[in-house]
Amino acid sequence: MSQITATPHGGAIVVPVVPLLKLGTWVVFFGLLAMLAIFFVSADQGAISFPAGNAVHEWVHDARHLLGFPCH
Amino acid sequence: MSTVSQDKSVLTPAAFLIRGLAVGLVAGLLAFVVAFALGEPTIDDAIALEDAAAAQMTPQEVAAEEAAAAEEDHSGMVAVSRDNQKSWGLLTGTVVVGAALGGLTALAAAAVIGRLGNLSARGSTALVALLGFVSIVLVPFAKYPSTPPAVGDGETIGGRTASYFALVLISVLAVIAAVVIANKLRARVDGWTATGIVAAGYIAVVAVAAALLPSVNELGDFPADLLWYFRRSSLLTLMTLWAAIGVGLVALLGRLHDTATADANRRELAANL
Repeated sequence: MSQITATPHGGAIVVPVVPLLKLGTWVVFFGLLAMLAIFFVSADQGAISFPAGNAVHEWVHDARHLLGFPCH
Repeated sequence: MSTVSQDKSVLTPAAFLIRGLAVGLVAGLLAFVVAFALGEPTIDDAIALEDAAAAQMTPQEVAAEEAAAAEEDHSGMVAVSRDNQKSWGLLTGTVVVGAALGGLTALAAAAVIGRLGNLSARGSTALVALLGFVSIVLVPFAKYPSTPPAVGDGETIGGRTASYFALVLISVLAVIAAVVIANKLRARVDGWTATGIVAAGYIAVVAVAAALLPSVNELGDFPADLLWYFRRSSLLTLMTLWAAIGVGLVALLGRLHDTATADANRRELAANL
């Protein structure tokens, strides 16, 4: 499909957008979920420990180093 | 040109998110392949150095370390084999982070598509992925580059983690502000001037933040060549992750937006008949 661009005359071409209010709830919901997921890979049982132990840290150890998060 | 957001449009946040998650999963897989092939040999070398250093400790040092370890809480302590760490463990990490970043990038693209002047949906998505890589990876890397095993003092992990995430947060907030401000500036100046002004502003903000945040130097006598090989492989892993997210989302979101645009124009035409 070819790219549809705005015409100089305007009005004829409709460019759909996502309503920001509707998007906002999704951003909050998924933002929290994504931060939790990234927390377990990046920082858990290093700087902060939940749950106690080292199982999470040990399991994702190499990814934590190679994805550039502080480790050890 | 008119912008519309109809209830019946296929352009829903869920449609963006599901594509972001799918692309992120694949990007995580590709990042794993690069990390495994290029990064793991350097991690093995670094761990070998760490073990060699431990083998040279005096009996007094060994006793002191064991006494310190005995005082710690050992409930829930497990040992994961190197084979598991470098395969399934590494894969878990890259796929989880890939899906999270893919989803966030798709939602960010949803916010800007159709709102950045006459930049197309594909162009807007590529811009979001590029800015994501620069602000989340490249700028923080310049101040706090990845460190291999055997580098880093366990005592300072709290402060280093806080500094790193503070810089990531400042960088991401500054780049979002830059896009919003550039979009407003375009009413007064042309697009390139607006972009130049906010780019300078972004660089100024992150430069000041990086200068104020504490520096880390815990390298000791770690070999410089191995450090560079590790950091290069780490950067290539992250570049793979973001490039795959960018290319995948440009393709999928571009097609999604084509469909939505065709639908909207058909409805517009039908309404005018």
